[in-house]
Amino acid sequence: MTHLEEELKALKKEVTIMFMLVHSQLAKANKALHELDKDLAHEILLTEKRVNAQELSIDRDCENFLALYNPVAVDLRYILAVLKINSNLERTGDIAEGIARFLLESETLFDKKLLEETRITQMFDIAVKMMDDISDAFEQENTALARSIFRQDVFLDEVNRAANKSIATYILANPANSEQALHILSTIRKIERVGDQAKNIAEEIIFYIEAKVLKHSKKNA
Amino acid sequence: MIESKNLNLYYGQYHALKDISLSMPPKSVTALIGPSGCGKSTFLRTLNRMNDLIPGVRIDGDVLIDGKDIYKDKKMDIDVLRKNVGMVFQKANPFPKSIFENVAYGLRVNGVRDESFIKERVEKSLKQAALWGEVKDVLKKSALALSGGQQQRLCIARALAVEPHVLLMDEPASALDPISTSKIEELIHELKRDFTIAIVTHNMQQAARVSDYTAFFYLGELVELDETKAIFINPKKEQTQNYITGRFG
Ligand SMILES: Nc1ncnc2c1ncn2[C@@H]1O[C@H](COP(=O)(O)OP(=O)(O)O)[C@@H](O)[C@H]1O
Ligand SMILES: [Mg+2]
Repeated sequence: MTHLEEELKALKKEVTIMFMLVHSQLAKANKALHELDKDLAHEILLTEKRVNAQELSIDRDCENFLALYNPVAVDLRYILAVLKINSNLERTGDIAEGIARFLLESETLFDKKLLEETRITQMFDIAVKMMDDISDAFEQENTALARSIFRQDVFLDEVNRAANKSIATYILANPANSEQALHILSTIRKIERVGDQAKNIAEEIIFYIEAKVLKHSKKNA
Repeated sequence: MIESKNLNLYYGQYHALKDISLSMPPKSVTALIGPSGCGKSTFLRTLNRMNDLIPGVRIDGDVLIDGKDIYKDKKMDIDVLRKNVGMVFQKANPFPKSIFENVAYGLRVNGVRDESFIKERVEKSLKQAALWGEVKDVLKKSALALSGGQQQRLCIARALAVEPHVLLMDEPASALDPISTSKIEELIHELKRDFTIAIVTHNMQQAARVSDYTAFFYLGELVELDETKAIFINPKKEQTQNYITGRFG
């Protein structure tokens, strides 16, 4: 293995750690939401500090790599992709943190019917799975798996679009629970943004492997 | 416009260029890259028939410069060709003469006698080669007293003095320090407004910086020719990618 390949391998390991951290934040947020587990919500806030430090460290590694190795072709595309993936992951971590902060303010367990009717449970499971898949796609350089993200995201969009109506219907029937219903609405909005981040990451993976720019094209819908 | 069509070159039995077809648009810079021995210099030399001087060389195929076949056109005058197609080498090779006489050399060889014309042309060429400011007060000094980077620009001025259309450069900056190198690169950027330039370089970053098109040669073949951006961001051939990313062999 050349020196350059060793550096690239080391960088990949760091990005994989970033993926793991963010994925664990999301998975914990999902669990904490269902059980209103505040200890778990706290853990997410703690992990957030590590995620931020990891983001900075990966940024620095990329800067060094650009300055010292003058990468071209696939190596250049890879570094550009990693820079963007890194910031997408950091934002995903922020979203998980936002969900956790909400949970820390909540007093009562969420009404099961509310979770069911809005389909947030399925939505959250899929979002966590998308992060898992996109992490695998990155590790295995698997563009087919990366492309599966676009299909999975369709469901998140649909739940998000239906949310206004499902929440309104729920509040009409259960006016006493309107606060937690609005809480769930904002969480649905956040999970929808997790899907967007996963899609951005998928685009970057496809860009660096296939040299195709999917951004702002309709193809991936 | 420079065009080669199915160009083959043999050094005796050795097949050094294999069926090279490519074209270089006017007023553009084409970088020739590839591992040592792949035929870059040989190809460059076919463009002004410098290989004709090497015993045992056989060439078939066509090279067209501005539409004229430089090998098959009966009226082709080699001296005129070499005047139109100037060449700069890796190692600066100034003559042991004054700075002025180095630049004037080509004109004198071509029979120019008008001293005021020669003076004008020398000044113009030195300006084009971005050397005038540094030497205008010492034109009578020996060229050998100049620094390596200055000598290389002097050789460029010497090539420009006879007003070529095409400039061939074989690793013109590989023996120079970074500052002289960047001067040569700036110069190439300026010169392409008036000239068609082909440059051989082993420095990938240099190829990326100075050229509009990049041709990758390997074992006497042209593997890929494309816009430089395409070659360095998204090469089509795996061999090209392996070479430019340093994963060769
Ligand atoms: N004068 C020559 N006689 C015989 N073989 C030569 C001569 N010049 C070059 N070659 C051979 O032709 C091949 C291409 O050489 P060259 O054009 O100098 O490659 P490059 O410039 O890409 O390093 C090499 O294998 C080299 O050994
Ligand atoms: Mg050579």
